[in-house]
Amino acid sequence: MKMIKSQLSRLQGLDERWRNLTIALVTLLFAPLVHLILGTGANRWLQVANFFFIYALLGLSLNIILGYAGLFQLGHAAFYAVGAYTTAILSTKLDIPILLLLPLSGVVAAIFAVLISRPILHLRGDYLCIVTIGFGEIVRIALRNDVSSLAFLGKIPGLSGFADRVSRLVITGGPNGIFGISRPGLFGFTLRQQWHYYFLFLAFVAFTIFAMRRLENSRLGRAWACIREDELAAEAMGIDTVQMKLLAFAVGAAWAGVTGSLYASWVTVIAPESFSFWESVIMFCIVVLGGTGSIPGVLVGTAGMVVLPELLREVLLNIQQWCMLLFGAAMVLMMVFRPQGLWPSRHMRLEVMTEKESQAPS
Amino acid sequence: MEQLLQQLINGLTIGSFYALIALGYTMVYGVLKLINFAHGDLFMLGAYIGLVTLMGFVVNVGMSASLLILLLIFLIVMAAIALAGVTLERVAYRPLYQAGRLPPVVSALGAAIFIQNAVMLLYGARYRTYPEEFKAIIPEVIWTVGGARISLLQVCMLVIAFALMAGLYFFVQYTRLGTAMRAVSLDHDTARLMGIDVFRIIVLVFIIGPALGAAGGVMVGLFYGRIYFTLGWGYGLKAFTSAILGGIGNIPGAMIGGLLLGVIEALATGFVSDAWKNAIAFVVLILILILRPTGLLGERVVEKL
Repeated sequence: MKMIKSQLSRLQGLDERWRNLTIALVTLLFAPLVHLILGTGANRWLQVANFFFIYALLGLSLNIILGYAGLFQLGHAAFYAVGAYTTAILSTKLDIPILLLLPLSGVVAAIFAVLISRPILHLRGDYLCIVTIGFGEIVRIALRNDVSSLAFLGKIPGLSGFADRVSRLVITGGPNGIFGISRPGLFGFTLRQQWHYYFLFLAFVAFTIFAMRRLENSRLGRAWACIREDELAAEAMGIDTVQMKLLAFAVGAAWAGVTGSLYASWVTVIAPESFSFWESVIMFCIVVLGGTGSIPGVLVGTAGMVVLPELLREVLLNIQQWCMLLFGAAMVLMMVFRPQGLWPSRHMRLEVMTEKESQAPS
Repeated sequence: MEQLLQQLINGLTIGSFYALIALGYTMVYGVLKLINFAHGDLFMLGAYIGLVTLMGFVVNVGMSASLLILLLIFLIVMAAIALAGVTLERVAYRPLYQAGRLPPVVSALGAAIFIQNAVMLLYGARYRTYPEEFKAIIPEVIWTVGGARISLLQVCMLVIAFALMAGLYFFVQYTRLGTAMRAVSLDHDTARLMGIDVFRIIVLVFIIGPALGAAGGVMVGLFYGRIYFTLGWGYGLKAFTSAILGGIGNIPGAMIGGLLLGVIEALATGFVSDAWKNAIAFVVLILILILRPTGLLGERVVEKL
């Protein structure tokens, strides 16, 4: 009793919105009970819930790059794909257990992110945007083509032997992708049911939220905020902007990589089309719709981008094909009526209210 | 050598489509610093409206196909898409001019989804073909130049595209409205002080850009004969890439960027591998941007996300 009381008083110490969020997360703990009571009919909603968690994790990871550091990243699916494929390839070829692959996928994605983002860090705004889109597409095309498509290198003199060997290799499985990825397990217990994954993902989301909150207020988080607000001033204050931006990409990518790994072990089948430009667009919209830089915003944004279409589909039984039409209209309306996002962070809220875009007509 | 020439011709043809669409991105960006992600879908809508008006003219009314009708169709489609562009600006972008850089992007993406699905609901989720009667307007003549084949249709496409681009260039450089447009893209407040109605210029940009994109849509429909409701996504991305390649906000840059991208793609298809052509196009883009961070003709600007 005393313990509950002390926990409650800790909750009261939090900002009211954060308290509501914590309560919502705790409530989610019991949601699968509905599934047990109602039987298999609720399985579909458990699946939707799992997708919600996956996209929430992706949104939170993109939020580091886009929200905290203010880098216009529209190719986040690339990091997600690298994580998922690392897990898929190592799990099917070498039979490494998923639990080991989770951190490894994060590390591989982070290394990949550092390698590709280093040469493009000096690009600004919209130029960075198209380059990240480009990397996203290159990754998808590479996964789709597999190494065997590199046989054209045989035309180059001296490389014909290499091309010969390469043309028989199958690594990413081409457009069909990879199937038979093993499921996570520990001490003989393997996760199989939707609700097993539900708890796994929920735990990850809760941990991520906790970590992001710490990150936001850390020295690193404040450095990112500085860069986002004014890069020149940040540099003048002694912040190593290149290092910090690289870190933003690395941390964001690592998180997306781990999420990719989780996703691969959940669905056990992955294909390049699961990591298309459209996925990057969804992640981008999750962050901006919810409120750029805001953790609860990401969760609300995920609900808007992932759960809302499902709900629309359910409600509009006879006119299901109208669902995406309404969804597009809803995106426009949400932005028009709440340009700061559905649940903006307090810092950003002040910024939106005081900032006057010099180029915007009034 | 023959193959090189052939790929250059193919590349210029497809590049001229990219350039026409890229102009819409670059003009809107120049004036508003906004990436109009719905522009590709306006282009796609143009291709569909072109098909519909064509059916109306040739199939229903029973008029024989002629160059005059072709011209008329171009005008109708361009007017219709210009209207759509102005509506888009009024509904999805105008309320967001004060909201910073990111919210209008999401609004644009929402509008893109809306247009795509509206077209799918109206015309069905399958390929639509431009009718054969239309092909009869331009007789199938093929010349052989130095071993490479070039068709009359290709020549017509190039001529129309270059005429439109030249027209736009002269409009922007040598007319009062064009000068006003350039002034607005330099600085809104100063332009307003000079007596320029900034909102009118914005509306003008949303008339010209989508109209050019729509012309591109009809041309793609004519040239390939088949259209699909997700057409705008791929072409839009390519055109946006072209605009960035040339330096976004810069009108000649978009033309050069589009043609260059088309040629790079055609060369990649011909000499490397068709499966990798899009990846190669992006690699070239990234290399160019690493060397010239604001595109080929872009100016150095300090901006903030």
